[in-house]
Order: sequence, then structure tokens, then C-alpha cells
Amino acid sequence: MIDIEHYLVVGAILFVLGVLGIFLNRKNVIVILMSVELILLAVNINLVAFSAFKGDLVGQVFAMLVLTVAAAEAAIGLAILVIYYRGRGTIAVDDVNRMKG
Amino acid sequence: MIETIAFYLFAGLVIAGGVMVIMSRNPVHSVLWLILAFFNAAGLMVLVGAEFIAMLLVIVYVGAVAVLFLFVVMMLDIDLAAMRAGFIKNFPIGIAIALILLAELGLGIGAYGAGGLELGSADGMAVARTDVSNIEAIGALLYGPYIILFEIAGIILLVAMIGAIVLTHHESKPGARARQDIGKQISRRPEDATVMKNPEYGKGVEL
Repeated sequence: MIDIEHYLVVGAILFVLGVLGIFLNRKNVIVILMSVELILLAVNINLVAFSAFKGDLVGQVFAMLVLTVAAAEAAIGLAILVIYYRGRGTIAVDDVNRMKG
Repeated sequence: MIETIAFYLFAGLVIAGGVMVIMSRNPVHSVLWLILAFFNAAGLMVLVGAEFIAMLLVIVYVGAVAVLFLFVVMMLDIDLAAMRAGFIKNFPIGIAIALILLAELGLGIGAYGAGGLELGSADGMAVARTDVSNIEAIGALLYGPYIILFEIAGIILLVAMIGAIVLTHHESKPGARARQDIGKQISRRPEDATVMKNPEYGKGVEL
């Protein structure tokens, strides 16, 4: 029988994969943004699992809010990436600190 | 039985998708694996009975966010080899930190499973109803006690949309082909832009 721990383990593995992706792809901002999406997906899985197994719908309402924030974050992040690329011709994030005032 | 098989199928594919997202050599492949992971996460949520969030995942994540990623990845000309630099160098420390984090999370989940962790119980304000569908129950919550949260979500999306437009929009130079002339636009009237045609039945429109 599948109980809540199974879902929590899937969420935990996905979260760790997201963190690992940020460490491994230090140069590639796009993959870093995708890793952040993976982390938020893991959070959503946890919220929905607790919501379903505890019989309380607030978790799903919060999952919707997390989804909203994830979409907004992806839009803003990619917009920043596009203007960065327009100015530099590259998306290597090593020398982002050149913009320090 | 079939539920167990479906769970392990979806869970395995979510995790495989996640692994391939971070291991893929090509960012385009990463986005496609991300879409696979989202679809299977939606499957997991259907299994657990959260149909609304599952459909939201498919519509918002796959339909909007992943396509946005794909669009940006394909629009930017990326040097793939340079992007991979440091992958091997960061591998040991990354794996070490990931394993430590996984062990901590595993301890937490194990403690919760063994009953050593008291999380508190639901306050009964939003008990999942069985007489209405999932989406109807969530709608009653969203337009009821959580209306402020819902409005804030809308404001967040509005701010993100305006921010993305302001960041990426750049004024085109005078004389460029796609320049916007607002005076010319608003002085245009329907009568000098459109013609009424009344074609006979079975005949096409003559242009």
C-alpha cells in the first residue's frame, strides 16, 4: 500500500536533485533555473501529499500559490537572462559581478 | 495493486526526468526531460486525488513555463562546451552535499514515519469534502477564506508580467521597419481600413 512516506521520499529525492543540479551546472544559468523549478516541484509534491493524506485542502491552495510564484520567477529570470545575453553575447555567469556599481 | 504499479511508474519517471535534467549535455534536452518530470508529477497528484493541482501542473508548468524555457534556450546561441566546464570539478563536492542533504531528509521522513515527529493536526477549517469534486472544494476555499491569497497571486503574476515586458522591451530606432507610431494608429478609422462584402451564396469573396 502506498502511504505518505512514499510521496515524501519522492519529494526529498527531487529536492536533492534540484540542489545537486545547481552545484553541478554552475556555469549554465538556464539549467540552474530548471533546477529551481525541480525544487519547487518537490515542495509541491510534499504539500499535496500532506494535504491529501491529512484530509485538509489548504495544502493544495498553497501549492497553487507556489506554482504562481514559480511561474513568475521563471518569467523574470528568463527576462533577465535575455537582457544579459543581449548586452554580453554570452550567458556565462562567472563575470556577472561586473555589474557591481 | 494497479495503484502501486502506477505510483512506482510515475515516481520512477519523475526521478529519472530530474536526473536527466541536471545531467543532460544539451539544455534543449534538459527542457524536454523537465516536461517529462512535470507530466509524471501530475500523474502522482492524480493518484493522490488532487486533480486540480495536477491539471494546473500540466497547463502552467508544461504549457507555459517549460515552453518559455524552450523558447529562451533556442533563442540564445549557447556555447555548449563552455557551459559544461566545471562539471567534473564540482561533481565530488556536489554529490557529497547532495548525499548529506538526502540523509538529513531521510532522517526526518524516517522519524515522521516512526511516529517520533508530531506535526500537529489540521484545524478542521478546510476538511476535504467527499460530496463535491476536488476543484469545487478548492474553489470554495479560494473564493472564500483565502480570497486575499488569491488576489495576491494575481498581483504577483501582474508584477512578473510587467517586469518581464519592461526588462526585455527596447525602443526601436526611428526609421526602423517595425516602429510604432501611436498618432497614426489612433487616427485610423474603420471605414478606411475595412470594406464590406456581401458575396452570393456559393461564391467566394472577390478581393
